[in-house]
Amino acid sequence: MNRFAELLDRLAYEPGRNNKLRLITAYFRETPDPDRGYALAALTGALSFKHAKPALIRELIAARTDPVLFALSYDYVGDLSETVALMWPSALRREHDSKSPPPTLTDVVTTLRTLGKSELPAQLARWLDELDEIGRWALLKLVTGAMRIGVSARLAKTAAAALGDKDTHDVELIWPGLAPPYLDLFAWLEGRADKPVNRLPAPFRPVMLAHAIEDADFARLDAADFTAEWKWDGIRVQAVGGRDEHGSAAIRLYSRTGEDITGGFPDLLPSLRLQESSEGTLDDYRKPLRTFRHQAFAIDGELLVVREGRVQSFNVLQQRLNRKTVTPRLMKEFPIHLRAYDLLGDGDNDLRELPFDERRRRLVDFIAALDDPRIDLSPQVPFATWGELAAVRADPAAAGADAAAVEGIMLKRRDAPYLPGRPKGLWWKWKRDPHVIDAVLMYAQRGHGKRSSYYSDYTFGVWTETDGNEQLVPVGKAYFGFTDEELLRIDRFVRRNTTESFGPVRHVVHEPDRGLVLEVAFEGLQRSARHRSGVAMRFPRINRLRWDKPPREADRLETLERMLASAAAVRSA
Amino acid sequence: MPAMRPQDILMPVAAGLCCKPGGFHIDPVRPVDRAVITHGHSDHARPGHGAVLATQDTLDIMRLRYGDGFAGSTQAIAYGEEIALGGVSIKFHPAGHVLGSAQIAVTHGGLRIVASGDYKDVRDPTCTPFEVVPCDVFITEATFGLPVFRHGDAACEVDKLLASAALFPDRAHLVGAYSLGKAQRVIALIREAGYGAPIYLHGAMDKVTQYYQSRGVALGELRPATGMKKADLAGTITLAPPSAIADLWTRRFPDPVTAFASGWMRVRARARQRGVELPLVISDHADWDGLTRTIAATGAGEIWVTHGQEDALVHWCTSQGLVARPLALVGYGDEDSGEDATSSEEDG
Repeated sequence: MNRFAELLDRLAYEPGRNNKLRLITAYFRETPDPDRGYALAALTGALSFKHAKPALIRELIAARTDPVLFALSYDYVGDLSETVALMWPSALRREHDSKSPPPTLTDVVTTLRTLGKSELPAQLARWLDELDEIGRWALLKLVTGAMRIGVSARLAKTAAAALGDKDTHDVELIWPGLAPPYLDLFAWLEGRADKPVNRLPAPFRPVMLAHAIEDADFARLDAADFTAEWKWDGIRVQAVGGRDEHGSAAIRLYSRTGEDITGGFPDLLPSLRLQESSEGTLDDYRKPLRTFRHQAFAIDGELLVVREGRVQSFNVLQQRLNRKTVTPRLMKEFPIHLRAYDLLGDGDNDLRELPFDERRRRLVDFIAALDDPRIDLSPQVPFATWGELAAVRADPAAAGADAAAVEGIMLKRRDAPYLPGRPKGLWWKWKRDPHVIDAVLMYAQRGHGKRSSYYSDYTFGVWTETDGNEQLVPVGKAYFGFTDEELLRIDRFVRRNTTESFGPVRHVVHEPDRGLVLEVAFEGLQRSARHRSGVAMRFPRINRLRWDKPPREADRLETLERMLASAAAVRSA
Repeated sequence: MPAMRPQDILMPVAAGLCCKPGGFHIDPVRPVDRAVITHGHSDHARPGHGAVLATQDTLDIMRLRYGDGFAGSTQAIAYGEEIALGGVSIKFHPAGHVLGSAQIAVTHGGLRIVASGDYKDVRDPTCTPFEVVPCDVFITEATFGLPVFRHGDAACEVDKLLASAALFPDRAHLVGAYSLGKAQRVIALIREAGYGAPIYLHGAMDKVTQYYQSRGVALGELRPATGMKKADLAGTITLAPPSAIADLWTRRFPDPVTAFASGWMRVRARARQRGVELPLVISDHADWDGLTRTIAATGAGEIWVTHGQEDALVHWCTSQGLVARPLALVGYGDEDSGEDATSSEEDG
């Protein structure tokens, strides 16, 4: 447990992705089975046990410390697990008594799986006695289910793959068939065994991703080599069907990283299963089922909410995301829909090596045969020249698309096979021009890692009238979009124009005639009760520095309000 | 004549802790005629006093920092040496905080008060170990006066630093440490852990580190970080004042890992606030267990608590049946808050 605790501790402070990877890979290399496997499970969220409630932790500490000292300490530290980890009164005794060694991560995980609720407090107290400060902190984070160390499941898998110089996709491909503590996975990564076979009836296939296209790229690309589709602003999913060894059907819905999200979308499953019972019977095997070829399939598509034939914006779809279960009301109010982009497998045939055009033909047939209102084809956008396509992209509504849910255009090479990852030159995304406003820099904060000496996190605001006074109200925060050279200039500006410092935050001068105007680009707007301005931006970034513009000429809150209103109008139209 | 009360001997006033019968102040924050000084950190040792009584090391450190004219006159006193000032007896005892640091025992009319200044009761290869001085009244600091501050073994923290340097050989490791005391202790611990390569120093640490070496503290090969090529600093360890580790100065290092050696690093929020990636819990102040252990060991029936988290420590003393009160001494313990190098390099 102590080595795992050290890892979590270090990860919690390390901002850089590559450095996190190195820390995790080093841990996997040094740590024996099965501890490292349970660590991988903890980092990927694959552990399942009943989490301890904060109230239980409070009871444990209350029975062991002076309430006044606890209150003062908690007030100072500000985090319950951390306060308890630091205050737990065992550090002194441990050095003198010959106590049992601290538990391993495996001890903790396997014990928690089977432990009855009434036994938990005493067991937790024993472990806390045996561990040191960091060990206690990690244990409490683990048992309360609140890790928050900035490591995604994908990052953890990438770190595991690096152990055997493998690609993350190789791990993702077999991942759904694996279970903690992943002995077979590590054996393969260390070259001691063959690759584990994914025996799942409906396995995930690593997805193919697109590069963002730049203006300069078009000159090198021939429009005739490409097809175009709308880029829908939902979540990318893979719907897979298959049969297990007993012949019963399995349907799975995966996120783009291979996470099984089937449980959140029960309303979509009947549509994917529709064919198997449409004709014939399963026990009549003299007559082939009409749907035989649909026993196994893999559709690459986008999950969307569609109401009365109109695709809703991402904000609406969000109500359906990250839920393990859904209520009938949610399913009714937010009807889920699958828009198909690609067909990766059909029956026993793996289609991924085929050119896109051929896969598309098969997809068209497949969707037609499925004939279900919840599943449709992502329409292709006809064009002859890049100029023509640019015009369509600028106004999706005019081309008949649901503009609120269109993020831009996808370009796919007609002859491209389906390759995992982000291969060069085959798929391109051409996003819509973002919304742009001029805002005023209000506060700046130092960045992390390489940027720790630079003021690189900017809070910006727009003008509004409050009690008869013109005031700036913060509307967002951005940390990227600028070049290194621009960063140097802003950093210098911040240092020379600080009016006040609060810990790591600097107030930067922002008056009608003194201050820095930032052109901020963003993808969308949302009402927000958490922000004083009442609006929140999606994906804001610094587009340009307007050294030329006096702050008084920056945009007003009303401009954002209007954008919100017009977006609402598009949705309800 | 009624029995002597402690506050008749030592009394907090605006200038600091005043001994009226002896005619001196301990660690005065304003210029006074006669100052008795516990150690060389700038919030305790200030320039401009008439006469200064302190250990030779403390006087030397003050001279290094403030120049020759830092006081009207000086008098050096050794650990264990006793002198009389007015009707009062003064004796110096090691405090284990930094080189030359002392506790000051003031005895008058059969009553002994120990002003401990800043102290720690754990091992430090760069200074004389702390000594428990039995007394009637013990004046203790409370920098880490909360039971969440348990500092553990400094050697383990240095192991963490060296493990990180081994894992990231292409990055520079930059360790923030206060210039007087902490920096030299960290270097000595790194050497004890078997690290033999040159260690690099920020210019602000040169003089005081050289002074430590001249006093016989072995620190191995030290080099100035200034003037090095960026690429040549990969895989190296550099010590710098806390104010420098998050500032322009760090741009000379390749993808630096920012470490900070301080007792404050025990609390995550404090470490994050400073943008620290590798917190090293190494303190030159007693932690909670050290404070409570020391208070009990002195046998004092009355405890005065100065700069830091007074509330919790006063509460603890009271729960142990001791008379305790916070002694509000303005001007101590705020060394850590400023941003510029001169004011922020002392504590923690």
